[in-house]
Amino acid sequence: MSHPENETPRSDGEKPAVGSGGTGGGGTATGTTEAPRPGAAPSGGGLTARLKDPRFQEKLLLGLTAPLLALATAFVLICLVMTATGQNPFQAFQSMFDYGTTERSQVWIVNKAIPYYLSAVAVAVGFRMNLFNIGVDGQYQVAAFFAAVVGGALTLSGVVQIPIILLTAMVVGALWAGIAGYLKAVRGVSEVITTIMLNSIGGALIGYFLHEGRLAERNQNIVHTPDIPESSFFFTIDTGNGAIYGTIVIAAAAGVAYWYLLGRTRFGFDLRAVGVSDSAAEASGVSVKRMVIVSMLVSGAIAGLVGMPTLLNDTGNFGNNFPSGIGFMGIAIALLGRNHPVGMALAALLWAFLERTGGHLNFVGYYQEIIGVMQGIIVLSVVISYELVRRWGLRRQQRIVGAELAARARKNDTVEGVA
Amino acid sequence: MRRVSKLAATVAATAALALTASACGSDDSGSGSSGGTGEGAAIAFDVGGRDDASFNEAAARGADKALDELDVETYYQTARDDETDADREQRLQQMAEAGYNPVIGVGYLYGPAVERVAAEFPDTTFGVVDAIAEGDNVYSMIFAEHEASYLAGVAAALKTETDKVGFIGGVNTTLIQKFQAGFEQGVNDTNADIEVDVQYLYADDPKGFTDVAKAKEQANGMLGRDIDVIYTAAGLSGNGSIEEVASHEGAWAIGVDSDQYQQAGLAEYQDSILTSAVKGVDVAVFDLISSIENDDAMSGTGEYGLENDGVWLATSGGFIDDISDELEAAKQRIIDGEVTVSDTP
Repeated sequence: MSHPENETPRSDGEKPAVGSGGTGGGGTATGTTEAPRPGAAPSGGGLTARLKDPRFQEKLLLGLTAPLLALATAFVLICLVMTATGQNPFQAFQSMFDYGTTERSQVWIVNKAIPYYLSAVAVAVGFRMNLFNIGVDGQYQVAAFFAAVVGGALTLSGVVQIPIILLTAMVVGALWAGIAGYLKAVRGVSEVITTIMLNSIGGALIGYFLHEGRLAERNQNIVHTPDIPESSFFFTIDTGNGAIYGTIVIAAAAGVAYWYLLGRTRFGFDLRAVGVSDSAAEASGVSVKRMVIVSMLVSGAIAGLVGMPTLLNDTGNFGNNFPSGIGFMGIAIALLGRNHPVGMALAALLWAFLERTGGHLNFVGYYQEIIGVMQGIIVLSVVISYELVRRWGLRRQQRIVGAELAARARKNDTVEGVA
Repeated sequence: MRRVSKLAATVAATAALALTASACGSDDSGSGSSGGTGEGAAIAFDVGGRDDASFNEAAARGADKALDELDVETYYQTARDDETDADREQRLQQMAEAGYNPVIGVGYLYGPAVERVAAEFPDTTFGVVDAIAEGDNVYSMIFAEHEASYLAGVAAALKTETDKVGFIGGVNTTLIQKFQAGFEQGVNDTNADIEVDVQYLYADDPKGFTDVAKAKEQANGMLGRDIDVIYTAAGLSGNGSIEEVASHEGAWAIGVDSDQYQQAGLAEYQDSILTSAVKGVDVAVFDLISSIENDDAMSGTGEYGLENDGVWLATSGGFIDDISDELEAAKQRIIDGEVTVSDTP
């Protein structure tokens, strides 16, 4: 795989150095040579030198196989489905491309992708340590609701109020996710169960407060929290063909923070180590319980931001028309983006592109449901082909390492024989 | 790293394929629509879709009638689950851009979207069902569901044998509460001893209008508690409740929005459909389309109630013929203002 800081921890193989370093490794490591560790990054050297490095070639091979396989599979399957339902796939792609690249569409796609990306990052924090946070959906809705209530109740200047709203959202989201984290760490309850249940509880909680006379007001059939003042709206970037939400900077910041936190800090290393093997991490001095709680808090805090583009750039309140389901979308996007900060951004954009063009397909005589089919096929192709390539790569590495070790063993025998 | 390259490749290849594909494509620069219906009428449905045998289908019938009588073509599009205002806006925008006139959003969730998009397309007339949207080129259609539900309550009270009736709402919103309030009041005014069991499928999730299985389950529970008349206000979900009721001897279902006895999709169960609290969405939609055909586009707010036959109780099947006098009297009391039906429970 790639550099340790970019790689997704797996349950087997390709571990960060916790296992071998911390716990003493193999007893033969007395000499100067280090046992060749699969997945270790080649140190130093220019590009040409790296290209000659067999391990780098290996990575390149694996790196290209998976996406190509996924792409080809998805494409063939989509074409098959469309042909089977009597639709011309090529004309559909043409039409999607034409429509999806108009300037108005681009603005729409970017805006739509902002919450998707935030949601994916929130999910990915959990994924990286083998925590399946299905509760992003509930976390962002509860967070957005209380942030909207706070924002609607205050009338401060935007400079003060916007951070307060954002902070409220992050804290509420973190606390909501923290419940699941606490239960997992202290009682050992699976976070899959608790987060799903918390989604329902969150829905009921909002349903209770989102009532006229409680925390909301009513405008015909739409019940919503009081509007936040105009001054507390986030800025927008006008393109002449619609405005791009300024909350895109929040998404960008979240992406950078995610990359830095997981790839460049001790915390991120511990987190990934726990994801690979919690017993090994525990043995090397990482408190797994603490990591579970902290990472759920971080995941929840990012989830809390998911509703902000809608709240601060669009509606200005939380009503019964507030978007739901973005948390689940985030799971698909995190899978598709392979938990990589840039990969997830592309996946979010791809998703938004499909949604933008799906409605349009309907106008030119296609079934709009084909978009849902495409999204499903793409996610499945990516997940399956990466898994297949990973297994294939693992077997390949084992073979190579085995051959090297055997060669060294023969050499050692010879040396000992001489002495 | 390769994850990135993979995605970049996906996007690039899709794009490349699209480019190399055939040259004929769609032209998305909408023709500016002026008077007349241009391309025809466009209807954006709420979740559940055209064939929900209930709310959406009522709107579709209005448009079908326009096709028959006025030769106006109609274009339909249905919302997916979990849509946002942005999705709804884009749908209406695309319809207006494509030259459709009028563009009608069916369902209260379209209210804000219609208001915004209508401002962008001053030459197109917009319609919205169940919400009031501002704008000179917007016609808002609202219905007195509570009045029709009141009559449904009267019918239920007169028909129940067990003195227990049930109400199933799709989503606990103020709109569906109108149905509940009217129904409860109708039952109580007729016979105060009757218990009304009120259940909602979801507190706060539009899924409640498409979750047929959950409505079926809920109805099953009610039937188990000796309830023998169930009024379901839940769009497509209501089909599940009607199906369940039909499998129980002696139980009645009350339909909603459309005359559900007449719906092809429910023909199998029609002998269990006592009546339906019909919302004249078809009437309103037809009115709007024909007003544009006549170059006299409607705008403002149209209020449809018992008084102007905008809502009514369906008599198909003849199951309520024996109590028609009582129903007629109740209707008259509402029209005369003797009884004011509350729209909140």
